[in-house]
Amino acid sequence: MTAISTSGLTKRFRGGQLAVDHIDLAVPDGSVYGFLGPNGSGKTTTIRMLLGLAFPTAGQAALLEVPMPAGATQVLHRVGSLVEGPAFYPFLTGSDNLARYDAADRTADPRTARARIEAALDRVGLLSAAKKRYRNYSLGMKQRLAIAAGLLRPRELIILDEPTNGLDPQGTREVRALIRQIAADGTTVFVSSHLLAEVEQICTHVGVMRTGRLVFQGSLPELRRTGAARVTVQTADPEAAAKVLAGLGLAGAQVDAGNAHAGNAHAGNAHGGNAHGGNADTEASAVLGEASPEQVCAELVQAGIGVRGFAVTSPSLEDLFVGLTGEGFDVGG
Amino acid sequence: MSAADVSVPAGHAVRPVRSSLRFFTAELRLVFLRRRNLLLLAVTAVFPLVIGIALRLASPHPQGGNGAGVAFFNQLAGNGVFLTFIALSTLLVLILPVVVAVVAGDSVAGEAGYGTLRYLLAVPAGRTRLLAVKYGAIVTFGLAATFIVSAVALVAGAALFPVGPVTLLSGTTVSLPDGLLRLLFVTLYVAAAMAALGAIGLAISTLTEHAIGAIATVMILVVASEVVDNVPQLAAAGPYLPTHWWLSFDALLRVPVDTSTLLRGLLSFAVYALLFGAFAWARFTSADVTS
Repeated sequence: MTAISTSGLTKRFRGGQLAVDHIDLAVPDGSVYGFLGPNGSGKTTTIRMLLGLAFPTAGQAALLEVPMPAGATQVLHRVGSLVEGPAFYPFLTGSDNLARYDAADRTADPRTARARIEAALDRVGLLSAAKKRYRNYSLGMKQRLAIAAGLLRPRELIILDEPTNGLDPQGTREVRALIRQIAADGTTVFVSSHLLAEVEQICTHVGVMRTGRLVFQGSLPELRRTGAARVTVQTADPEAAAKVLAGLGLAGAQVDAGNAHAGNAHAGNAHGGNAHGGNADTEASAVLGEASPEQVCAELVQAGIGVRGFAVTSPSLEDLFVGLTGEGFDVGG
Repeated sequence: MSAADVSVPAGHAVRPVRSSLRFFTAELRLVFLRRRNLLLLAVTAVFPLVIGIALRLASPHPQGGNGAGVAFFNQLAGNGVFLTFIALSTLLVLILPVVVAVVAGDSVAGEAGYGTLRYLLAVPAGRTRLLAVKYGAIVTFGLAATFIVSAVALVAGAALFPVGPVTLLSGTTVSLPDGLLRLLFVTLYVAAAMAALGAIGLAISTLTEHAIGAIATVMILVVASEVVDNVPQLAAAGPYLPTHWWLSFDALLRVPVDTSTLLRGLLSFAVYALLFGAFAWARFTSADVTS
């Protein structure tokens, strides 16, 4: 069973801008799915379509295998959600706000409302602020109240859109712990974020959005595997080393001049003190692929290359993420 | 998925009528306990008092002016009951429409402005159901405001002027209970007019997420309609204007009751309510919620 599935889900705004472009989401039951992408990549629009707030231009979506938006009233009470930040009536108290949402739920039992509201507030640590007006809540408290609204009833799926947006590190940690707890109860969690670090710590699966398209979807190990490990050799004769690497059948063998000491390719000293050739430290590198590092090293030595340093590096998730989503903002239109 | 198997039937076990009633009660509480709305009702209640005291202090036969109100003024000196008709016809020009416009204009636009609309729909409240509950609250609030005017005016009228058998506009005198019954119908007629205005406000409210904008638009419509209604050259358009039949409740104060005018008024209210209600529904159930 899939908690969320979409096929060809598309949203074109009235102005003609394609906000979501044929995405096929598959969120496995029981997973913690990180929905990643820079701001403006279509995450929130996708979530709005999943919840029946916006209508897709094309394609289908289903929550807990009930088609949306047609099945909204049948399925949404099994789904808790936080969309684009908390929203409550500033003149009502925290618990009155929750009561208001609970009263709107045609399937909620009014007899248990009070107990459920208290339990939800307790769970997010707001029980002591229950009688405080919402307008006097701090940002973190507002965010937690929104999560409490999502927990008013036992849910099979929780959709959280940027749940730690604007929170301080303490608040972020609290929300993260809360998500872990919810997931531990067996609830599927779909959490969107533009911060990889946030998702990396709690998610089992990720989907990566870029300008409206889903550019990657799979488990976290699968994402890691898409990053090819590179072997890097520090030597006085990088050209020869690169030739040996290429001769071993390694793809992408190349000479990386001038950054051996910098240790940072972006430090901007490629044209600095280290002249090309001569005695300057330089590197050769190639994609490791299926070859074993030990064998590569031995072959290099056998070929008479003076190996000063040898390393196998995998790209960080951050690098993979940036590689998938592009370096900067790319908000078309 | 045992959780799904259990929760779906459990969900349907709750009776829809009772759950909608609960939603409606919660909505009423939200509308009626809001300080701003309470202030509106308080202001509405003060006006009949002020009018009554002013008329008591002024000469018993005020001069000048035209329209339905003047006939009532002449009757007031003889009977306090007429203060209710004076108050209703005076407040109908601006105060009662403002009260209804504020609550109706705020109904959906206010939720959109707070962002609570998306959460209500994600609950899920159901778009049609939410709209119905909103309209129900608007009508109830208009009804409450109208009855407050009548009730305060009746009490003030009884305290400030003599009360007895009521001499109607047609010159016939009816008993006090008969007069009070007519007052009840007049109040209901005015509440119906406000319910129609509420539907217009609800429709406008679905178009924006700025409550103030929606409220202002409703008021501009009311004033524009009243202005057009007073231009003799545009008399042909008169009967089709939303405000044209508001003051026609004086038809109830004649013997025999001018039922054709009354029915035309009520028909106008019903058409406006249906038309704008349908527009609000079509718009609200098909539009993306982007707030």
